[in-house]
Amino acid sequence: MTTLTDTEPKTPDLKTARGARRLVRGPRAGRQLHGGKWTYVALVLVTVMSLFPLVWTAIAASRSNSRLAETPPPLWFGGNLFKNLEFAWHEANMGTALLNTLVVAGTVSIGTVLFSTLAGFAFAKLRFRFKNLLLLLVIGTMMVPPQLSVVPLYMLIAELHWTDQLQAVILPTLVTAFGVFFMRQYLLQALPTELIEAARVDGASSIRIVWHIVFPAARPAMAVLGMLTFVQAWNDFFWPIIALTSSGNPTVQVALTGLAQGFDPDQSVIMAGALLGTLPLLIAFLVFGKQIVGGIMQGAVKG
Amino acid sequence: MASESRTAAPSPTGEGAAPRPEDTPPKSDARRRERRSRRYRLDVKWSPYAYIAPFFLFFAAFGLFPLLYTGWASLHRVELTAPTDMEWAGLHNYSRLLSDEFFWNALKNTFTIGIISTVPQLLMALGIAHLLNYRLRGSMFYRVAALTPYATSVAAATLVFALLFGRDYGMINWGLGLIGIDNIDWQTGDWTSQIAVSSIVIWRWTGYNALIYLAAMQSISHDLYESAALDGASRWRQFIHVTLPQLRPTILFTCVVSTIGAVQLFGEPLLFSGSGATGGANHQYQTLGLYLYEQGWVNLHLGRASAIAWAMFLILLLIGAVNWLIARRLRKSEGDS
Repeated sequence: MTTLTDTEPKTPDLKTARGARRLVRGPRAGRQLHGGKWTYVALVLVTVMSLFPLVWTAIAASRSNSRLAETPPPLWFGGNLFKNLEFAWHEANMGTALLNTLVVAGTVSIGTVLFSTLAGFAFAKLRFRFKNLLLLLVIGTMMVPPQLSVVPLYMLIAELHWTDQLQAVILPTLVTAFGVFFMRQYLLQALPTELIEAARVDGASSIRIVWHIVFPAARPAMAVLGMLTFVQAWNDFFWPIIALTSSGNPTVQVALTGLAQGFDPDQSVIMAGALLGTLPLLIAFLVFGKQIVGGIMQGAVKG
Repeated sequence: MASESRTAAPSPTGEGAAPRPEDTPPKSDARRRERRSRRYRLDVKWSPYAYIAPFFLFFAAFGLFPLLYTGWASLHRVELTAPTDMEWAGLHNYSRLLSDEFFWNALKNTFTIGIISTVPQLLMALGIAHLLNYRLRGSMFYRVAALTPYATSVAAATLVFALLFGRDYGMINWGLGLIGIDNIDWQTGDWTSQIAVSSIVIWRWTGYNALIYLAAMQSISHDLYESAALDGASRWRQFIHVTLPQLRPTILFTCVVSTIGAVQLFGEPLLFSGSGATGGANHQYQTLGLYLYEQGWVNLHLGRASAIAWAMFLILLLIGAVNWLIARRLRKSEGDS
């Protein structure tokens, strides 16, 4: 008893000191020494290395094909950008490709977020039979690459005559095991079980609980998962290359591949195509970069 | 896992929720209440299945079933031109694979490209994360910039790198020429082409891994560094003796993810030069993923492609097993200390 009263005044002290430090240094203070001059030099170098190939894509897209076959290579923009963009737009069917990719990535993101949230909620907070076994199945197949299922999927779409149709690339990627695991991990902490119990006691049905409690609580993670899925779906390569053709109904990546493997490819036009296909995501990165960075770091700690 | 599942729902018999005078319950009211509680019990019992059903429906149809059916297809002779005509072939596809020099070549290339791309990538990511972990002005700018290559597609990245690595007019050879190094043939050389292909992977994924390391570094308790500093440890020794051990699970995680990525490498070698699915004129950078594609969609042998897929599956299982063993070891050694 005496020991308890002895330690009691100390504990809040320590807590407030920690809390104060946390306020100053941000929520999870790791080692936060100030960066010196060389830190900045190195980081600027990293930034240049990261951005240079993209900037040079634009430079090459603004030049002519013959200029790219000269030394030294161009280091600044030329005047052919719009001509090359126009050429790539028509040659590679880019209008259709961009629209298709938007539809595919949008649908896949919405589907993944919705289904992953529902399943993640069930795995995090509800009781049902075979729960642990099913969760193990989800985790076990989280990292299975697309190559392992590509032959039967191809047989399937050949049988259904789905070649060059968007559902052929949407349906197989509509759910991911990663999404379910990600939402489960988030909801385990973010959704107080008492809240669900209280709603149950008040006689709320499961659907009302999902709509009024689970979705609002899950919203930050849903946004992150949506963005990550969108980037992934936009850049998806292996399966679309097989299911779609560049002359038929391509996504951006398929169109770009067709452009690059076409007869007598013009390098500056290829670069213009690459620029067209990358620009939408780069703009999204300018706007949502902070959230995407936060999402990846959050996923890393929880995963 | 068991503890949180147990608290999920209140007991279905909890009818005391509605406190009402019990002495004069009208008959219809009682029946309604009973119906409601039955519906409630059904809801609690069956709604979890409704929530997981959409996921598992798609997962079974487009994930699990194809995965298993690939194994079945690998025991057959199947041509791309008539994918539903399957002719039983036993283990022929596998025995053929074992005596196929291109398979072994692809396996070897996958392994060497995997090493060349993964090791520098993770080391550099560790260094960049260390830099980003300092208090910086404009830190978010550097983080977003480092992640930008992640937003670039395989196709776009590979096509621009193919130009940069051009033998005669490429930027990289020009730069090397300035410091007196002769033009290197990045397309046809055995090692040089593998280094070039690996550099695309490194460029795209280093920033992503750096952010994962950064997240782990920021969750290391400050007190650990304080006590290390009190013991007189230099910054470098703090990095070696505090940061690295604390990062061990994260490092293992990134190793596994990168290795799995390396096993399925496909787009980079496909688009790096005009030679398509052969992976260079002498197959010098043809990976397993690319060889599978060549067998299935260029040579039209879906059965053989399936056998290659299951060979990849075997490799992944091996990686999984090694990962599990190391993780168990790590947990044990942490338990000891």
